Amino acid sequence: MDRKRLRLVGRRLVQFIPVIVLATFIVFGLMQLVPGDIAVTLAGESASTERIAEIRQLYGLDRPMLMQYGSWLWHALHGDLSRSILSGEPVLRMALERFPATLLMVVYALVLSLLIGIPMGILAATRPGSRLDGFVSGTASVGVAVPNFWLAMLLVASFALERPWFPATGSAPFGEDPLRALHFATLPAIALASGGIAEVARQLRSSLIEILGSQFVRTLRAKGLSSGQILWKHGLKNVSVNLLTVIGLLFNRLLGATVVIEAVFAIPGVGSTVVHSAINKDFPVIQGIVLAMVLIVIVVNLIVDVLYTVLDPRVNR
Amino acid sequence: MMASLMRWARRDKRGAISLLFLVLLAAVALLAPVIAPYAPTAQDASLTLAEPSAEHLLGTDDLGRDVFSRLIHGAPATLYASFLAVAVALVIGVPVGLVAGFVGGWVDDVISRLIDTLLSFPAIVLAIAVTGALGIGLTNSMISVGIVFSPQLARLVRAQTLIIKQELYVDAARVFGASLPRILWRHVLPNAVQPVLVQVTMLLAIALLAEASLSFLGLGVQPPDPSWGAMLARAYQYMEIAPEQMYAPGIAILLTALAFNALGESLRVALDPTMRHR
Repeated sequence: MDRKRLRLVGRRLVQFIPVIVLATFIVFGLMQLVPGDIAVTLAGESASTERIAEIRQLYGLDRPMLMQYGSWLWHALHGDLSRSILSGEPVLRMALERFPATLLMVVYALVLSLLIGIPMGILAATRPGSRLDGFVSGTASVGVAVPNFWLAMLLVASFALERPWFPATGSAPFGEDPLRALHFATLPAIALASGGIAEVARQLRSSLIEILGSQFVRTLRAKGLSSGQILWKHGLKNVSVNLLTVIGLLFNRLLGATVVIEAVFAIPGVGSTVVHSAINKDFPVIQGIVLAMVLIVIVVNLIVDVLYTVLDPRVNR
Repeated sequence: MMASLMRWARRDKRGAISLLFLVLLAAVALLAPVIAPYAPTAQDASLTLAEPSAEHLLGTDDLGRDVFSRLIHGAPATLYASFLAVAVALVIGVPVGLVAGFVGGWVDDVISRLIDTLLSFPAIVLAIAVTGALGIGLTNSMISVGIVFSPQLARLVRAQTLIIKQELYVDAARVFGASLPRILWRHVLPNAVQPVLVQVTMLLAIALLAEASLSFLGLGVQPPDPSWGAMLARAYQYMEIAPEQMYAPGIAILLTALAFNALGESLRVALDPTMRHR
């Protein structure tokens, strides 16, 4: 890697610091949106005055907001994300227990999105206006508009209840038996991937069409290169950089979408934990899990940005 | 007006069909109590999870309520939810984007970093967290969705403002001593409307899906009120005995989201002079 790229990578890293700081502030600020006295909300409607005072003290709600933020951040930096109000369990332990199932689904769905979306995009872009192109566009439109939890229900009805090919609910730890874990995660991953496939196919189609119609491809064609050579050697190489950006965005989208998919398949991941905590106003858990999720997204995007800087042929100029 | 609409409809069939579908849906939503054969909460304990019949076109649910009537009564809730979320996003996103783009400097830096950060959160997770804080229910959950959408609009409006700011008529207004709010409102905003309109149409589809998801999760519409997402949540409970319960609400959501997206795409093509002849 030359110095110019190294400097660019360095700048990317520095740019992420304020984003991370702001993210922690937003996550902390969520509590400030609670109408009325937070301590009363946290303690529950029928709580005694002593219990409310205890909660206020326990979560430091009697101090000024910036001090609360400072101490919350200090503890978070030391791996202490407070405890669940409902179960008293440390939030960090809950997050560590539940992230593997969620991440397995996200990565599985991401792989499916690329494996199916990329060929669809290439086929459509090399035959624009054809019936195949129309089919790809139509499929992509439906993929974006279909409620993924409904698709999940249809999949369960067809491939778990009617034909017992896949389990209807639950998950299995990847570390113990990877094949079994993937078997459990297949239907959820397909439901998740519907939007991702559409996104990848669309993006790839439009950027590939743009490149195949550009000046330099015309020059290559004039030099006598075959369409296949142009596509594989020049088209896809240029498009792969765009694809990286799509992967970054997709990771964010898929991680969010697991929330609903986990509910359909009763998967004990972070998504179902967030929903359960939101309904029960278990704010320490919401904050801890949302913080962990956004940090993962930021890190993935940082990696994508760095790869982009390293791979983008235009940076060389 | 009518003639040009017809001309557009002939050229852009997909857009025209989508618009027609949405107009019909709006009419159904407004006239729901008149059209629906039954009240949405009317129960018939002797007829639960019934198959479709002449009396109950789409059958009945687990409490013996007419599914067809609940589907119709779900339309106003669904449209209300989508428009509320997008309205909240507009009210927050547009002024923020205008100010960031026009004022520039450190104000823009701070706002842009904030937008970047907010967009790093998985949208639906942040919406659920905000709903948890504000309290569950359809209105609160859709306000949360609107808050989560606002940075997207802010980013778009900021980018537009940066371009429009360079225009001569903006300079002229400034020279004549127009105040900042007046310049933004009278000169910048009207010229940024078109891309915002396209984005808003697409956001309506995403808001619709968000409402369905949040109601499915029990954070949005509360029973016994009908909404398509809430109907799917009930259908989910009885999936093993009555899988056909899940078809109608899901198809309704899918078609409406498709229509919003197609209309947005048509608007983009119609409003973009460089794409007009493709």
